[in-house]
Amino acid sequence: MTALDEAPLSAAGNPIGFGRMHRKEDVRFLRGEGNYVDDVNLPGMLHSAILRSPYAHARIVSIDTSAALALPGVHAVITGETLAGLGLAWMPTLSYDTQAVLATDKVRFQGQEVAFVIADSRYIAKDALELIDVEYDALPAVVDAKKALDPGAPIIRDDKEGKTDNHIYDWEAGNKADTDAAFAAADVVVTEDILYPRVHPSPMETCGSVAHMDPVTGKLVLYTTTQAPHAHRTVYALVAGLPEHKIQVISPDIGGGFGNKVPIYPGYVCSIVGSIVTGKPVKWVEDRAENLMSTGFARDYHMNVSIASTKEGKILAVKVDVLADHGAFNGVAQPTNYPAGFFHIFTGSYDYPAAYCNVKAVYTNKAPGGVAYACSFRITEAVYAIERIVDCLAAELKMDSAELRLKNLLRPEQFPYTSPTGWEYDSGDYEKTMRVAMDIAGYDELRREQAEKRAKGEYMGIGISFFTEGVGAGPRKHMDILGLGMADGCDLRVHPTGKAQVRLSVQSQGQGHETTFAQIISHELGIPPEDIEVIHGDTDNTPFGLGTYGSRSTPVSGAAAALVGRKVRDKARLIAAAALECSPDDLEWELGRWFVKGDPTRGKTIQEIAFAAHGSLELPEGVEGHLDAQVVYNPPNLTYPYGCYICVVDVDPGTGQVKVRRFIAVDDCGTRINPMIVEGQVHGGLADGIGMALMEVIAFDEDGNNLGGSFMDYLLPTSMECPDWELGETVTPSPHHPIGAKGVGESATVGSPAAIVNAVIDAISPFGVRHADMPLTPANVWRAIQGRPVRTDMAVE
Amino acid sequence: MQVTITVNGVEHSRDIEPRMLLVHFIRDELLLRGTHWGCDTSNCGACTLWVDNEPVKSCTMLAVMADGKAIRTVEGLANGAELDPIQKGFMECHGLQCGFCTPGMMMTCRALLDGNPHPTEAEIREGISGNICRCTGYKNIVAAVQWAAENPATSEVTA
Amino acid sequence: MQTPAPFDYAKATSVADALALLDKHGEEARVIAGGHSLLPMMKLRLARPDALIDLNDIAELRGIRIEGNEIVVGAMVRHAEILSSAILAEHYPIFREAEHMIADPIVRNRGTVGGSMCQADPAADLSAVGSALKGTAVIQGAAGTRTVALRDFHEGPYETKVQAGEILTQVRYPIRPGAGSAYEKVERRAGDWAVASSGVFVVVSGGVVTDCGIGLTAVGADHYCAPAAEEFLIGKAPTEENLAAAAKIAGDSCNPVADQRGPADYKAHLAYELTLRALRRAARSSQGA
Repeated sequence: MTALDEAPLSAAGNPIGFGRMHRKEDVRFLRGEGNYVDDVNLPGMLHSAILRSPYAHARIVSIDTSAALALPGVHAVITGETLAGLGLAWMPTLSYDTQAVLATDKVRFQGQEVAFVIADSRYIAKDALELIDVEYDALPAVVDAKKALDPGAPIIRDDKEGKTDNHIYDWEAGNKADTDAAFAAADVVVTEDILYPRVHPSPMETCGSVAHMDPVTGKLVLYTTTQAPHAHRTVYALVAGLPEHKIQVISPDIGGGFGNKVPIYPGYVCSIVGSIVTGKPVKWVEDRAENLMSTGFARDYHMNVSIASTKEGKILAVKVDVLADHGAFNGVAQPTNYPAGFFHIFTGSYDYPAAYCNVKAVYTNKAPGGVAYACSFRITEAVYAIERIVDCLAAELKMDSAELRLKNLLRPEQFPYTSPTGWEYDSGDYEKTMRVAMDIAGYDELRREQAEKRAKGEYMGIGISFFTEGVGAGPRKHMDILGLGMADGCDLRVHPTGKAQVRLSVQSQGQGHETTFAQIISHELGIPPEDIEVIHGDTDNTPFGLGTYGSRSTPVSGAAAALVGRKVRDKARLIAAAALECSPDDLEWELGRWFVKGDPTRGKTIQEIAFAAHGSLELPEGVEGHLDAQVVYNPPNLTYPYGCYICVVDVDPGTGQVKVRRFIAVDDCGTRINPMIVEGQVHGGLADGIGMALMEVIAFDEDGNNLGGSFMDYLLPTSMECPDWELGETVTPSPHHPIGAKGVGESATVGSPAAIVNAVIDAISPFGVRHADMPLTPANVWRAIQGRPVRTDMAVE
Repeated sequence: MQVTITVNGVEHSRDIEPRMLLVHFIRDELLLRGTHWGCDTSNCGACTLWVDNEPVKSCTMLAVMADGKAIRTVEGLANGAELDPIQKGFMECHGLQCGFCTPGMMMTCRALLDGNPHPTEAEIREGISGNICRCTGYKNIVAAVQWAAENPATSEVTA
Repeated sequence: MQTPAPFDYAKATSVADALALLDKHGEEARVIAGGHSLLPMMKLRLARPDALIDLNDIAELRGIRIEGNEIVVGAMVRHAEILSSAILAEHYPIFREAEHMIADPIVRNRGTVGGSMCQADPAADLSAVGSALKGTAVIQGAAGTRTVALRDFHEGPYETKVQAGEILTQVRYPIRPGAGSAYEKVERRAGDWAVASSGVFVVVSGGVVTDCGIGLTAVGADHYCAPAAEEFLIGKAPTEENLAAAAKIAGDSCNPVADQRGPADYKAHLAYELTLRALRRAARSSQGA
């Protein structure tokens, strides 16, 4: 059965399988009964606050905590020196670098953690921060990534023995010789410097933790904002030397993640140390400024992108040089073998033979991070690069940007398709999807309207983005994080009365796992989704797996859930055969029931089988009682969702203001388990695109001061900037996924910024503008029209 | 300082520091955890609740300023087992994902509908522009308000 | 979450009570109105008053009414009340246009006219409106009540003529029959502070401009106004050419500083562009269009 077939309805009116249904998790949120980390209150719990560096780069001369310690209500003040005594002053990052938990020698970015205060209340903890006296010796800061490797640049990581520059790595993909040859032979070459500036995922809930190390049992219970509870448990075991079987990581309700809650932050570690030191539970919850200034940022890729084509617009090759700003510690969360993430999928959705990229990563005096904000391990940057340069090529060729794309899109018969940089796209019918989008938009009519408006001096723009994603990391032989293979477990128990519990390693941050995973089991077993409870977010009660990010929950854990359902179904067949006194081979499955072939009246429902499995029925040799199963799913490949987005904007050239009038999004994510939830995921990602394209940026001044440290400075889109999204769909199932589903959580975030920027540039192209960097604020658009674009990653001058 | 504040119809007296923010009074003193906070600077609206029937951002109001006043929070939206139409609308239209902005958003939407039972889309969008949602892109929140406007009384919601 | 440092608190029941409380708590006491400027500063611990005197329960500071030839707005009138005021809508649409773009609807339920004027943020919208309309501030202290023209009210960024121990009690705007008014603002996003704004009123009579006021915010205009541009326009026909020339004078009189909202040249351009747009609409409106 595919999603296109109508699932029968349960007594409660829910689809037994795939289809729209209300979310099972909604009622607790609607009643204010969600349970987020800051809602966790343990008996005797203490509160905490972190003292942070005001400097981007400074040597710590001394730290005097005596006045803070003397403040009534303060229980302890922990510094880097305290941690060094425990061997915990530094911790490993997810990219085999190290990061200071609390600074000992130097501070390396503004907002870096310097001291940790534990007190009776959050108010007292904040009071105590003001009483800590830190003497700093300020050092020149490396702010501009383009100057990080200059001779004489200050060395940021002098903690690393023998380090004499700010270089992290060089990495390349594709075939340089073929690419150079293609460029040499091309009729047309277009090159553009394209910045994907530093942005921040900014979930509405900031990061935090409540740690309780039981002094008697030695068991650590950590409630924490994590998208990857199992991976975090293992890392804590490795970092702190705590025995892994004595660590329980509980990720309760998570108020949005978007990759912000994948890394391990110093605050989490400090709350654990704080609980060990005080013998009491310790809560740490960062404020918004701390979240914006110190936790995982996203992007910060300076890209020089070139495209080669024939004069008829047949693309021949693309190459990209990237300068990657990783901040002061290489804290990127991504598979080990992919230091630049999946950026090398930048060849995009087009058919051409040659591509090459190299990525040079550098340290700067900025917060660490890089992979976050729904980026699918840097596919966001890749899609932006190719979709922007294709539009530049269209401008150069004076060709319609839709026509240029249609001329170069991969064709259905080319799938599975191996890209010039080595990806194997699983399935697609790209032109069909693009035609659906153009139909919804009324593309030709929009172009006519644009021409009429231009004649009147009005500036309307139409922007297209066609993206291909690769999500569902990943095959364990290629993909691991800190050595942990990216396969996911799943356990399913069907209780005697036929109600079921499914246990997952992934953790929802709003994606509706409690509903969709119940629907997957329902689809496989015919048990109504309301009779299936999804258990997640607690490492003591769920199987191991790598967590929710990179749109991997449906491709990996969703496959695990389908397979564990099938395993139970197979077992149910043996039990049904015993109950019906026939051979399992004589049985046939219909949704929710095994019956005797040719005699549909003789059969057993899954509920009857569940009871029999727990009852006195004599079971065949080798069949254990009960009705449950476990699987670990190792994906054979990524899934490759794709889509075509079209944005229509109106630009006021007198003020530079951009109004997004329409946004059309046609996604193909294979089978849709719950279309309502899929559409919701797309809506949210499109709003991200509005944010990044038009307003979001973390810039720094020359001293390394963070200029985006509050929601007054770091602007998130509101209901006023978001248009009424127009969605469409095509369904091309993944051939290797058990239910044909592909991930969709990040598609819109990945695909939408280019459509918006392309639309704005299209609008102002009569002024001779071919590119301007995000965010396209009114000032930036106006300056681009004047031919003097601003540099958006630095303080505006 | 001694304050007496009525919350969801129940009077509460506490001795608090003048500097205690209203959001902390609600969350930490009364243990009503449905009201969240998201930004510290009154930009995000996650902490929105009603003071004397008007939505305000409780991260930017002192609890002592609410002395003698009546407060309504998300916990006071439903009538016992019966969800308020705005709550039903959010469920019907998938107006929530992570649920973190949802309580504040619903308090804003309920007030909006009380003042304007049949708002246009533009009025809804302006009305919720002080409440940031990172998940939904707002389309389904607008739809939820429209649903509640069209279904002001009792309607069945299936879970 | 950010939390303020400790302070004393007292709720004033009248202006006289508030003045007495200010006197009692000394120089480091501050009055608090809506709190949407002061409390965030206190949470960042950039402001740390010893005591807060709460004005929110003072009835005599509320209300919008007409007294003689003036509209009187109490200092504790909320932004939301300005937005919905029929009196202001009738005489000066500029208020509604400006208020629609001030912060957001929830903040507007708390933020007050007096709070905004006294915060004296260089990007405050109501300061530009007040300067455009050439209103007056009423300030009360132990020594009595005095009035200050709004164009003299601000001493500079975050500084006003309100002295320690005094309270702004009212803002008064003269009624001008036949006036058209308009507000133009560019913001990076709904609810953001202005990149630049211009608010104007124009009275056109007998085919010429007989009275006008131009207020500007976020562009470094002295006292949020552009008097030379106003002078230029008086007695002239509201033609596109004259309005543009006046707007040019207004733009040239500004001294904006670059920040993340935009570079200085852009803001200076906006001062011109937005003034021109506001003048066009206000002049049309005054002529009954």
